[in-house]
Amino acid sequence: MSSVGEAERLAGRAERRRGALLAAPSFVYMILFFAAPLVIVLVYSFATRTSTGSTALADWNLDAYRKLGEPIVRNVVVRSVILAAITTVICLVVAYPFAWFCAMSSPTVRNLLLVAVMIPFWTNFLVRNYAWRLLLSSGGPISSFTEAIGLGETNLLFTKTAVVIGLVYAYLPFMILPLYASIDRLDRRLIEAGRDLYASGPQTFRRIILPLTMPGVIAGSILVFVPSMGAYVTPELLGGGKETLLGSYIVTQFLTARNWPVGASLSFVLMAVMLVSTIVYFRSGGKNL
Amino acid sequence: MSGSLSSRVSGALLRGNGAVVLLFLYAPIILLLVFSFSASRNPGQWGGFTTEWYARLFDDSRIQRTIGVSVRVALVSTVVATVLGTMSALALERFRFRGRKVFDALLYLPIIIPDVTMAVMMLMFFSQAFDALDALFGLGLAKGFATVVVSHVAFNIAFVSVVVRARVAGMDATLEQAAADLYANRWQAFRYVTLPLIAPGVLGGALLAVTLSLDDVVVTQFVAGPGSTTLPVYVFSLIRKGVTPTINAVSVIMLVASLVLVAGSVALQRASAARGQRQLRTQGGPS
Repeated sequence: MSSVGEAERLAGRAERRRGALLAAPSFVYMILFFAAPLVIVLVYSFATRTSTGSTALADWNLDAYRKLGEPIVRNVVVRSVILAAITTVICLVVAYPFAWFCAMSSPTVRNLLLVAVMIPFWTNFLVRNYAWRLLLSSGGPISSFTEAIGLGETNLLFTKTAVVIGLVYAYLPFMILPLYASIDRLDRRLIEAGRDLYASGPQTFRRIILPLTMPGVIAGSILVFVPSMGAYVTPELLGGGKETLLGSYIVTQFLTARNWPVGASLSFVLMAVMLVSTIVYFRSGGKNL
Repeated sequence: MSGSLSSRVSGALLRGNGAVVLLFLYAPIILLLVFSFSASRNPGQWGGFTTEWYARLFDDSRIQRTIGVSVRVALVSTVVATVLGTMSALALERFRFRGRKVFDALLYLPIIIPDVTMAVMMLMFFSQAFDALDALFGLGLAKGFATVVVSHVAFNIAFVSVVVRARVAGMDATLEQAAADLYANRWQAFRYVTLPLIAPGVLGGALLAVTLSLDDVVVTQFVAGPGSTTLPVYVFSLIRKGVTPTINAVSVIMLVASLVLVAGSVALQRASAARGQRQLRTQGGPS
């Protein structure tokens, strides 16, 4: 009897060793080329910027984090949060009826619509941003169109509006898909029950439909808000770098301003925001979506 | 009564919203395609049909070179990331081992981390590592092709692993045990049972890796050296200066390449899923 137990124990140990061996190459790779870089960013965020613009790994301090409270940085953060919030709200308002329409359509139409949403999402990100730069450029299609119908020339490029349009365009599918998943799972009998009890349309929506599809609303909002906060390519190409947002500000700290500690601390804060949001996402039932 | 009228109105509104969303999603892409064939020097105006801008691309040595770099980076990083990512997926789904939870968490991070943070991390890491190697061994290393590939692999392992894991999790583990009962050794069981079954996931992961590698601007911009500039980084720098008919044409080529990759991934996954099942049914393992 005991020899069987012993054999099982040995077999279990051999299994564990096999698993560890299989994981080892990627594990080592990820520690060396991902975890170590992450630790370096953290270390740098406590380092000192010298007068020449290089970084001294001495006199550890919280200056870089204190600098985040200064007006310049605070304005950048506030502006990024506002633009990301506007983007999220627009996506939500547009995507909710669209997702509802998908869920209520016949299976054929529904699949076509969902594929239609996914295709632009799979195309090259830079090209999608470029397409809007082309559309919004002065003398471009949108400007010619508004001129033709008598509204005069429009100059949207390099404005906040252009950045928001670009962000909505980039992340709208992230909102539609989780909303669709939660609306599709909605028990339609609850809506009928509400109607039987003389609930009006708006009442049914506010009291029954919205609470039941809240996981989709939360998941979609996080999936749009978070990447909008850290966006770099879209604000650079459509905002023209006029409206400095968080992503561009961080890049500037490294490539031109040469203030690595501030850049490092901001990147770290940005990542922390993402991490917390992701945890909220999973807690809100995001795993089921 | 009023119910049917309001439901008709709301139905019309829903359809209208749907049409607007589809127009919003597709109009920019279609207009870009149209303007890439426009003879007008203004990249956003129609001036008759021409293929001149595409012809110019074939003469542009800078674009040719960056396309070459992009393709090589994508191929090398995809092969490495697919092998490592598939191994991670199998280890995480099939085995219990020490450090499994840490490994699991570490593989989620590259997916949620913002591009900018990843770019900053890799830049600082390489500059530190190169300084250290220079001080210790006098190695004068610099950013270039290798640093770009290493960075792309670092984010791609995670994406491949997620895609393959979904496939492994949906696979019947008893099939591997059946193979073992029929005296297949571990390699045979993997080669003839596991691999054909997870092949669609592996292919899907590989194509996602190619797509992400060809999509990346921010990380590459930070870790590329002179001579290792990829097409997206080069095009990004061009767009910042302004729109031109030539960029229209390059963009359409990038657009078509990404669509071909997606279509290919869907077709390959379907074909290999069908083949995998057929093989199992007829062959029943190694012969």
